[in-house]
Amino acid sequence: MDAKALAEGVIAGRLNADELAAGFTDLHAPLTDHEAVVAADRCYFCHDAPCITACPTDIDIPLFIRQIATGTPDAAAKTILSQNILGGMCARVCPTETLCEESCVREMAEGKPVEIGRLQRYATDGLMAKGVHPFRRADPTGRKIAVVGAGPAGLACAHRLAMKGHDVVVFDAREKPGGLNEYGIAAYKSTEDFAAREVDWLMQIGGIQMQTGKAVGRDITLEELRADHDAVFLGIGLGGVNALSAPGAEKDGVLDAVGFIADLRQTPDLSALPVGRDVVVIGGGMTAVDAAVQSKLLGALNVTIVYRRGRARMNASRYEQELAASKGVRIICNASPVAVHGNGSVREIEFEYTDDALQPTGQTFRLAADQVFKAIGQSLTGADLPDLAGGKIAVTGAGRTSLDGVWAGGDCAAGGEDLTVTAVAQGRDAAEDIHAALAT
Amino acid sequence: MADLTTDFVGIKSPNPFWLASAPPTDKEYNVRRAFEAGWGGVVWKTLGEAGPPIVNVNGPRYGAIWGADRRLLGLNNIELITDRPLEVNLREIKAVKRDYPDRAMVVSLMVPCEEEAWKAILPLVEETGADGVELNFGCPHGMSERGMGSAVGQVPEYIEMVTRWVKQNTRMPCIVKLTPNITDIKKPAAAALAGGADAVSLINTINSITSVDLDLFAPEPTIDGKGAHGGYCGPAVKPIALNMVAEIARTPELAHLPISGIGGVTTWRDAAEFMALGAGNVQVCTAAMTYGFKIVQEMISGLSDYMDKKGMAATSELVGRAVPNLSDWQHLNLNYVAKARINQDLCISCGRCFAACEDTSHQAISMSPERVFEVKDDECVACNLCVNVCPVEDCITMEQMPAGAVDPRTGRKVAAEYANWTTHPNNPGAVKAAE
Repeated sequence: MDAKALAEGVIAGRLNADELAAGFTDLHAPLTDHEAVVAADRCYFCHDAPCITACPTDIDIPLFIRQIATGTPDAAAKTILSQNILGGMCARVCPTETLCEESCVREMAEGKPVEIGRLQRYATDGLMAKGVHPFRRADPTGRKIAVVGAGPAGLACAHRLAMKGHDVVVFDAREKPGGLNEYGIAAYKSTEDFAAREVDWLMQIGGIQMQTGKAVGRDITLEELRADHDAVFLGIGLGGVNALSAPGAEKDGVLDAVGFIADLRQTPDLSALPVGRDVVVIGGGMTAVDAAVQSKLLGALNVTIVYRRGRARMNASRYEQELAASKGVRIICNASPVAVHGNGSVREIEFEYTDDALQPTGQTFRLAADQVFKAIGQSLTGADLPDLAGGKIAVTGAGRTSLDGVWAGGDCAAGGEDLTVTAVAQGRDAAEDIHAALAT
Repeated sequence: MADLTTDFVGIKSPNPFWLASAPPTDKEYNVRRAFEAGWGGVVWKTLGEAGPPIVNVNGPRYGAIWGADRRLLGLNNIELITDRPLEVNLREIKAVKRDYPDRAMVVSLMVPCEEEAWKAILPLVEETGADGVELNFGCPHGMSERGMGSAVGQVPEYIEMVTRWVKQNTRMPCIVKLTPNITDIKKPAAAALAGGADAVSLINTINSITSVDLDLFAPEPTIDGKGAHGGYCGPAVKPIALNMVAEIARTPELAHLPISGIGGVTTWRDAAEFMALGAGNVQVCTAAMTYGFKIVQEMISGLSDYMDKKGMAATSELVGRAVPNLSDWQHLNLNYVAKARINQDLCISCGRCFAACEDTSHQAISMSPERVFEVKDDECVACNLCVNVCPVEDCITMEQMPAGAVDPRTGRKVAAEYANWTTHPNNPGAVKAAE
């Protein structure tokens, strides 16, 4: 064991290159051809299959699995991608254990569903590896549409609009397109620069102009976009991070989990990325798990997730919780932060036990911490947006907002589930609605 | 433990599991391994006449079809009879039989359709101490083009003639192996009986093309761009073989002709089924070629357990047990009424029964928005398709309606008495007879 492994403070290089590579490799290895056929053969080809109903993008799962089983994985990929153009990423990041695979009849029968996610990845990876883009752009319509945000919702919307023959300009505030696919998902779910490769592959449809480094409200206004385009789609996500109200929250070492995850995704060298010896993550969602597990994989000795309610209320799925536990992350429930201690930098964080109604119990405890990640939710930011509902953009139908000619989808829109796959569905459906609206 | 010893046309073996004449029995090395593994007997791979040995293709000899996880379901071959010199085979047969006197050693033969050829080879086989001969009238590929194998087996007169030659020229028991590539298996069986055969064995392989290479547009297995039909065997052929065995067993004129059952025997259960339909023993090839000789241990323990459970002391108590229950359609009881029953506790809501019934059958299964599937008794004809497509064993069963109950589909009371088509009012023949 390297001396750095036990060293106090926030330092880089706690693990050697081999250990880092092993930790950050694909969470699930891709299926080989034979494994795929065996896995596909388990599908019962259910009538009106529950897995299709459970999929937010309504992928015809039994059909694509049968296409794999019969030796036509490229046809399977087309079945997937025709419903979900980001089927490759969704195969990696979807919480299938609470969606398609949870509803699989084999889950009911034997507690072992068909491996739908891995099969989807097998099919889509195969097609993308060949560089094939299976869709063709319709004749140009001469219509021009602005898509704000190059995340899952924006990309899905842009692709569908481009396919219909419209000209699309995608604006994104960040340097790279991809949104949370590029900046916000655990590295072991999107290895080998998959998010960027998927965007490049998606752009092969043609008719999409990508303008990164352009933020609406900073570089360009929504009013200008509306004036210059036939329609606008907002897929801007949630740019703000909820603040921690406990005293001492401003101390060094208290960071936003999303920022940590983004840094981790963008660093060219994981051994140069500093991490604490004692890391505490506050929150109970996927972001909390992603931050905690990756801290552990970077070499943090003690990583604890602390969630204010009971375990059943955690947004992270049971599978994600087990993943965290398997990597050595401790999960403490029913505890809220009440103070951050330390002289300049955080040294300890103090919690108070709370019941499920969040009533304080008066019992407190402290955890050693040289790094604290806040994963307590994100919020919509931006001015001059359409009307909001519950802090997000209010939408009706397929993403229509209070502003004429402006649609919204993904995490920024009210009523979503904050999932990549839901964002894709909303982007796609908004594009269909925009297309229909422009045709009239 | 039940006694598995069998006496088949005077040939004794410690169990009814023989290896069929095929590649596993082509030479001493394999057969010794088979006997060490526990096989009750072998039929040595077919010998031809003396002289230059047979040649085989030097490309693929086998083709296959697979089920889930590449489970081999059907195998096809274009291999010919033994391609080793006659004297080598005879020497080895003699050596093995000497070392395993308790095992059955039957020698398969195929020589030209001339009495002299048979007269020449039979004494040579007798001299090895073999227990009997099996006449290969079944091989459907290659040798049949030269007037042997199934070319003989497809002409009952030839079967009778050659069988008679054999019986006249040897004291050994003679088993005639039949080809299934005919329209009525009873005809060649009767011919063998007429010629004096001690038994028949069936089925040999079925003419087949397992697949087509869709890039080369060539049947598989493909030799230099071309393919020839082969002989099909393995689990896929079992139902065809069972029927042919049963046809012979239930025909009064053939009822006493011993049968060695062949065709897709893979487990003890398959063997028991063949025996229940009249086979005195079984011969196995594909299962051994797929899994090796060790499978016989499962066959022995499985059959023994089954017989113990049924209180059967000897295999003779099993042989033919199901034959009396094999009937013609016209004698099936038309007053027997059943309905499908879905066990909701076992149902996993896949909906395959619904799709099958709704799309392709009688619209007799309902589906609720909660994916609960139920049988509509007023539509159900008890066809059994839902049972067959259900992935959960015993989830759907067929339940007999008691006599006196009203069948909701027909509105008629279920009659207690047996009645079949021969007396049914819709049968013109029956109506005429009644008038």
